[in-house]
Amino acid sequence: MRGGHLKKRFLISLCAAWLAAAAAAVAQDTPTPTPTPVPPEPEAPAPAPTPGPSTAGAVNPTFFNPAIAVIGNFLASAGHNPVQPSPAFQVEESEVSFQAIVDPYARADLFLSFNNNGVEVEEGYVTFLNLPWQTQAKAGKFKVQFGKVNTLHLHVLPWVDEPLPIDNILISPDTWEAEGISVSKVIELPGDTFSEVYAQVLDGTSGVLFIGPSKSDLTYNGQYRLFRDFGDDHNLELGFSYAYGHNGTSLTNTTALQNAHMVYRWKPLQGNPYRSLIIRSEYFWSQREQPDGTQKAQGLFAGADWQLGRRWFTGARYEFSDRAVDAALRDKGVAATLTFMPSEFSMLRAEYRYREYAPGIKANEGFLQIQFAIGAHGAHPF
Amino acid sequence: MKRLSILCCLVAALAVARPARATVHVVTSLQDFASIADAVGGKRVDTFALAKGYQDPHFVEPKPSFVLKLSKADLLIVAGLELEIGYLPPLIDQSRNDKIRPGAPGYLDASNGCDILEKPTGTVTRAMGDVHPFGNPHYWLDPDNGRIIARSIAARLTEIDPSGAAEYKANLATFEAKLSEGEKRWDAALGPYAGTQVVTYHTSWPNFLKRFKLVAAGYIEPKPGIPPSPAHTVELINMMIEKKIPVILMEPYFDQKTPKAVAEKTGATLVTFIPSVGGVPEAKDYVGLFDYDVKLLVDALAAKKGKP
Repeated sequence: MRGGHLKKRFLISLCAAWLAAAAAAVAQDTPTPTPTPVPPEPEAPAPAPTPGPSTAGAVNPTFFNPAIAVIGNFLASAGHNPVQPSPAFQVEESEVSFQAIVDPYARADLFLSFNNNGVEVEEGYVTFLNLPWQTQAKAGKFKVQFGKVNTLHLHVLPWVDEPLPIDNILISPDTWEAEGISVSKVIELPGDTFSEVYAQVLDGTSGVLFIGPSKSDLTYNGQYRLFRDFGDDHNLELGFSYAYGHNGTSLTNTTALQNAHMVYRWKPLQGNPYRSLIIRSEYFWSQREQPDGTQKAQGLFAGADWQLGRRWFTGARYEFSDRAVDAALRDKGVAATLTFMPSEFSMLRAEYRYREYAPGIKANEGFLQIQFAIGAHGAHPF
Repeated sequence: MKRLSILCCLVAALAVARPARATVHVVTSLQDFASIADAVGGKRVDTFALAKGYQDPHFVEPKPSFVLKLSKADLLIVAGLELEIGYLPPLIDQSRNDKIRPGAPGYLDASNGCDILEKPTGTVTRAMGDVHPFGNPHYWLDPDNGRIIARSIAARLTEIDPSGAAEYKANLATFEAKLSEGEKRWDAALGPYAGTQVVTYHTSWPNFLKRFKLVAAGYIEPKPGIPPSPAHTVELINMMIEKKIPVILMEPYFDQKTPKAVAEKTGATLVTFIPSVGGVPEAKDYVGLFDYDVKLLVDALAAKKGKP
C-alpha cells in the first residue's frame, strides 16, 4: 500500500517536471530582455578570408533528411543446444537506423530490427536535449537504462550473444526494451568525476519480465552511474540500477531487480598504438513474487577483451545465472572470442561457447558472425 | 552602524574597481586549435583539447568525462570535414549546452575559409578507404591556414566576449607576426628542397607538402585508413627505389613495422613527423610545431641530399 502511494507520488512528480520542462522549452521562443546595456560595437579583428564554407556547396534538397545507416549481422552456428537452439544461419538483429535533429530542442532516433522472424521497432524515441536544471528527457521505446550491456545494441557487444543474466534475469532473448519516459541529469563530482542519474517510468508490460495487470500498474527504473579518468590511459565506470514493477503472475505480485556494473578500460594514447584492454562485469539480483513464493535469483558475468593488433581482438567471458522464474535452476557458461575488423565498417568474429544448463544439460557451440555497416558514419562505441 | 556603512562603501568600491570578467571557456577537438585560441585569447580564455597531440585524431573515444568539459564551454572549435564524426556529435548532445551546437555562435568549424585539399570528385564510396567526402581534414598543417584559423577564432571570441575585442585584436596581431617570422625561417630552411618527393604513411600532410613545395610520391597505406598490404608494400618499395625517395614521414600513432621495413629496403630515412601541438614536448605551441617538424625534415633531407 505504502509502495503504491510512493509510486504515485513519484509519477506525479515526474509528470510535473516533464510539463515544466516542456513549458520551459516553449518559453525559449520568447525573446528575453537584455538586463545590461549593450556595449559599443568594438572593432573586430580582421575577418578570415571567406572563399566560401569549405563544407557547403549548393543547397542539398536532402539536407534535412535523417542520417540513415544499415548494420547487417549475419550469424552462423554449429553444435547442439537443446535449451537455446539457434538456426544454422540467421540474420540476427540487423538494423536500419534513422537519426536526425527535429528542431532546436529535440532529436529523434529510430532503429528497426530485422531478424528471421520479421521486423520490429527496436528503439524509437525523441530526446529533448536541454531542459531546465540541465536535464535531458527521452520519450518512446528505448533500451532501459539497466546495467551496461542492456543499453547496448547487439552489434557493439564484444560477443555474438548476450550473457546469461540477460536471458535468465531479464527473461529476454535479447535486451530489455520498453515504452516510456526517461529523464536524466549529469552531476559533476569532485576530481572531474562524471556522474549521471536516470529516472524512467515505463509501460507496465514489457515482454514477460514485467506485466501490468492494469494500465496504471507502471514499471519504474533508476540508474546512477559514475565515470572517471585515471590519467590519459585508464578509466573506470561504475553503476547501480534498480527496477520495480508488476510481473503479471497475480494482480499484486511484483518483481524488483537490482544491477551493479563495472567497466575498466586501458587504452594507451602513446607508446602502444594497437593495445587496449577492457574488463567488464555485471551482477544481477531479482526478487520475483510468484504464486509459489518469492523467487530470489542472481546472475553475474565477467569478461575481458584484449586488443592483439590494429585489427585483431580476443576476449573471454564467464557467466552464471539463476532463472528468475525458478531460482533453483542455475545455468553457467564460458565463452572465448576472436575478432577481426578489416575496417571500421566491417567485422568478422568467431566465438566458442560452452554452457551448462540446469539440470546438467551441456551445450558446446561455435559461432561465426559477419557484420557490416553502410550509410551514415555512426559514433564509435564506448 | 558607521562601521557597517564603511564596509559597504569598501565592498562597493572594490566591485567598481574590479569588474568581474568571466573567463571564456574554450573546448577544442585538437590541441592545435587550443594553442591558437590560447595565443589569441590570452588571459581571457581557458582551453581544453579533447584529443591529445600524440593521439590519432580519427579515433578519439567519446568518454563521459568530456561531457563535463563541453557542458561548461562557451566556444567549441572543431576541425570539421567529418574528422570528429566518430565521437563529437553524441558528446555535444549529452552536454546539454545549447551554446555549442552546430549553428550557434559557440560552435566554430575551423575549416571555414581554409584551403582544403583532396576534395573527392565524382562518386565517393568507402571502397576508397576512410575517405572524407568534404576534403582532407589535416588542413591546419599549413601555416597560412593557421593564420585563417586564428582570425576566425579572434572574430568569434569578439562576438562572444565583445569587451575583450581590443585584447583579441592585439593578441592576433602578435600571433600573426610570430607566424610570419616563422614562415620566413621555414621557407628558408625547406626552400632548397622544393620539388623533393617524399612518402607518407597516411594522407596527413597534403597541406604541409603543398605549402613547402614538396610532393607526396606515395603512401604506406594503400588507401586512407587501410593498413599496408604486402602487394602494395612491394609496389611502393619498387617505386621508391626507382624515384630515389629520400624520406618517409609517419605519424607517431601508427605501427612502425612496415615503414621501418620499407626504409631498410629503400635506404630512405624514416621520420616520425608530429601532426599536432603536444605530439612531443618540444612542440609546445602552433609555431613550435612547425619549428620541430621543419628541423626534423631538413636534417633528414640534408643527410640524404646534402646541405644546400
